Amino acid sequence: MMLSRAAENIFWLARNIERAEANARLLEMGRRMTMLPGSSGRDEWRSVLRASGTMRLVSQDESVTEEVAVNTLLLDEQNHSSIRSSLVLARNNAKAVRTAMTQQMWETLNTGWRDFDGMAPAKASENLESIIESVMIRTATFRGAAEGSMLRNDRYDFLRIGWFLERIDNTLRLLDVKYYILLPESDVVGGGRDYHQWTSLLSAVSAMRAFYHAYESDYAPWRIADFLILNDDFPRSIRYCMGQIAAHLNALGNRYEQKKACQDTADGLLSRLSDLETGEIFQSGLHEFLTEMMSRNAQLSREIAADYNFSG
Amino acid sequence: MFNEMGTKPNVRSPYNVVSEWVEQTGIDLLQQRNAEAEALFRKIGITFAVYGEDADPERLIPFDMIPRVFSAEEWRVIDRGVKQRARALNAFLYDIYHRGEIIRAGIVPEHLVYQNSAYLPSMVGINPPGKVYSHIVGIDIVRTGEEGFSVLEDNCRTPSGVSYMLENREIMMRMFPGLFRREEVEPVDSYPGDLKDTLREVAPEKCEDDPCIVLLTPGPLNSAYYEHSFLADLMGIELVEPGDLFVDQGIVWMRTTLGPQRVDVIYRRIDDDYLDPLSFRPDSMLGVPGIFDVYRSGGVTICSAPGAGIADDKAIYCFVPDMIQFYLGERPILDNVPTWRCALKDDLAYVLDHLHELVVKEVHGSGGYGMLIGPKSTKAEQQEYAKRIIADPEDFIAQPTLDLSTAPTVAADGLGARHVDFRPFCLVGKNVRLSPGGLTRVALKEGSLVVNSSQGGGVKDTWVLAEK
Amino acid sequence: MRMTVSHITTYTYDPVVERTAIRLRLFPSVCDGQDVESWEVLVNGETVTPLLRSGFGDDEALFMRYDPISELNIVARGVVETRDTSGVVSGLPDVTPVGVFLRQTPLTRPSQAILDLGEGAQKDDALDELHELSRLVRQEVDYVSGSTDADTTAAQALNLGRGVCQDHAHVFCAAARSRGHPARYVAGYLLPEAEEGALHQTHAWAEAYVLGIGWIGFDPSNNICPTERYIRLGCGLDSRDATPIRGAISGGGEENLVASVVIEQAQ
Repeated sequence: MMLSRAAENIFWLARNIERAEANARLLEMGRRMTMLPGSSGRDEWRSVLRASGTMRLVSQDESVTEEVAVNTLLLDEQNHSSIRSSLVLARNNAKAVRTAMTQQMWETLNTGWRDFDGMAPAKASENLESIIESVMIRTATFRGAAEGSMLRNDRYDFLRIGWFLERIDNTLRLLDVKYYILLPESDVVGGGRDYHQWTSLLSAVSAMRAFYHAYESDYAPWRIADFLILNDDFPRSIRYCMGQIAAHLNALGNRYEQKKACQDTADGLLSRLSDLETGEIFQSGLHEFLTEMMSRNAQLSREIAADYNFSG
Repeated sequence: MFNEMGTKPNVRSPYNVVSEWVEQTGIDLLQQRNAEAEALFRKIGITFAVYGEDADPERLIPFDMIPRVFSAEEWRVIDRGVKQRARALNAFLYDIYHRGEIIRAGIVPEHLVYQNSAYLPSMVGINPPGKVYSHIVGIDIVRTGEEGFSVLEDNCRTPSGVSYMLENREIMMRMFPGLFRREEVEPVDSYPGDLKDTLREVAPEKCEDDPCIVLLTPGPLNSAYYEHSFLADLMGIELVEPGDLFVDQGIVWMRTTLGPQRVDVIYRRIDDDYLDPLSFRPDSMLGVPGIFDVYRSGGVTICSAPGAGIADDKAIYCFVPDMIQFYLGERPILDNVPTWRCALKDDLAYVLDHLHELVVKEVHGSGGYGMLIGPKSTKAEQQEYAKRIIADPEDFIAQPTLDLSTAPTVAADGLGARHVDFRPFCLVGKNVRLSPGGLTRVALKEGSLVVNSSQGGGVKDTWVLAEK
Repeated sequence: MRMTVSHITTYTYDPVVERTAIRLRLFPSVCDGQDVESWEVLVNGETVTPLLRSGFGDDEALFMRYDPISELNIVARGVVETRDTSGVVSGLPDVTPVGVFLRQTPLTRPSQAILDLGEGAQKDDALDELHELSRLVRQEVDYVSGSTDADTTAAQALNLGRGVCQDHAHVFCAAARSRGHPARYVAGYLLPEAEEGALHQTHAWAEAYVLGIGWIGFDPSNNICPTERYIRLGCGLDSRDATPIRGAISGGGEENLVASVVIEQAQ
């Protein structure tokens, strides 16, 4: 048993940390894609922003330069999901539930949360690689601190649920970037450039090696999609994450001896993902599938909030 | 001026080890380690925001690493004196919310109590568990000489600063483990357990099981939020905000992931005004509607009790030595600082004649704001202040400018003597408890007598040496 | 006199309010001049029982709702029997020290005009002085319904020269206290003299403490001491303190209030 407000804050703490990391991964992917030949006409950064759901922050007719994208995803205070905002929000979540944090988790969050204050976009763009790396290290350190120091109780369940919900969202978005880029030049599907775009997707989720182990060197789009959506071993795949969410929701249900509606929803989503084949996804349209999963994921999040008396 | 450490070769004995350590370490290294300590505090997240200032809300209160030391003999006096005072203040609160014997006896003037806005008529006739109103009493003590401990102020509502007592010690032990092997210092870490025991002891009579205790904070924007979360954590209780609590069926509940959970004891760190919009400030959207009614009907214990603040009113302060005599039949162990009440004609005349050498305070003010420090003020400031006093003499008291003792402090230009005061935290439940230590505040500016953290004060670890 | 009372207050909210908390002091005092034969308070049809008795001797109840509602219907009704005590209020289970009622509040803080009014009432005998004060208050503050609101202070009402019973009681309390007479604000009901179309409503008056006698009621609005036609609900330092219904609602929109009081002499 814990305060609903505390559960809510832990849940959002995990989501905000994961979101910071996801933005770093998006930036990494954009950076790689713009290094591919012929990228100048394609407006990759626009796709990246579109996938991150932040296009509305950028004017329609202006071309989206790296500087604009970096500013939006990394520095922008108006963008509540920029890396900078996510880290500040995560710290606020943690502050609101100081007693539910272990010292180690708190110390990780309390370091460097103001690093981006006053940083100019041009400067950030110049040092993008090292910034992305430092964000990844910071989020990994936090995850390590949580895994290594938290009691395996309901706090831990809520943290992990937040984590994986956000991760599902972000993997879906990453896949969608690819969709947006592919759209105007579907004639080159399977071509050399397409190959590189798909592999930049893998490298954005740090999964080049993992993929190779699972599928060897066959970088066919449907295999990559299969890996990111349905693979049960890859920790960023939709199915794996949903499995974790279902497990933690069921653990909570057992702990509290209360069966909640969100448990059924998560179990249902998981069994659907388990029965699904990549071919079916491509047949009925990847983009449609991604859009539907995003909305189901959001619905699950709302159900969890209602079942555990979150205020927002 | 009384220097707590003394000066070589006449170092006072409680400071033997500290003085030696300072000398061996050298000022350069101390300065360097002071910076390390600050980084450590910042990392842990101990910050202190100043209310009503635009400054960084996560400002760090400066820490000085040279401890302030009490000998075992000195502590015995403080221990007895503080406990005596805490008992008398609670007896006074019980009395004025019941028969008012001390008023009937003509010892405390009726109007100072009954017409004081800190006195809550709605508390009359209420019987808090154990007859305790102020469960955590912070007593500000100053020293002016070898023998002269006196009480400057009582804090009966929600005194803050105890986290510094615990954290300062923690930092000192982390940074200088060797020092604690050379000197036997009484540990202070039993405080959270003592506080929890105290709160448990005052659970409502209706509560039959182990009481559910919570700490009520206004939230992360409050200047003492760190302390709130720190204490809740050490006691293993929930840190709740007003929005987490609600009243139903004459009971206070908190919202949890398992549904509503009954709350029995609330250690509140929120002012009376913001406790319950149905009873106090109606315009406040903060607070828990109905909580005061539940308290008065015995359904929950609120610590400190609403209305406890009347006991630390500066006009009431003058009568604390009389209270000790009246309720306990004992002689006060700790004296008050001599105080003139401007409400009295003779006192007023004296104060107006001696503004240049007195410290004048507003009766209801706190935090060092709104006072006049005679020797540091200009003639014009004194004249301006005199007008305010004459307009409302009842609102002012005056005290001599105390020559506060100094303790060695690490300053930018070397070792300096800085003025200090001291706040121990006395716990009152069925038992009266006092941890051997407290908060030593130090005025970091050379010559300054204002130790408030809101006005450039810092903190030190406070050592009570073990009985030999 | 036996009287039946039906006091209905209805608040409607648009849009709905998310959370509702009300404190009710709608229970008639039990004292020497007043017996309660039967009384009930219902909020949205639910019976509300007192949680505690305050130090002023008044019963207090809470009503809480944590789901959205669009209407609050508060009904207080019952039968009360009163006797004329020439204004003397005794036998009330109040324990609050009399000295508390010398305290001024933000609503009663005296202006120079109030101090002057008090001085103007000066008499050798305390009781005479209070009667004179009651008369002066009525003389200086015309009864004009709707001329002031709940936040009008005693000083403002006197300055305006107009007000309602609440303002009369405030000015009386402010001036009496400034003259050293403990005084308190009283909320209750009044059965009007049998005139066609007389308005029934909640009423407010004051009580002052006279050494040797005790608490005595004064109704400056009608320039008399309360008679058997008065039903006393509760008292406080001012109207805010003594108010029969106090609420804290959140998330609501516009509030609309309709109140009706019907008092009849029972057979």
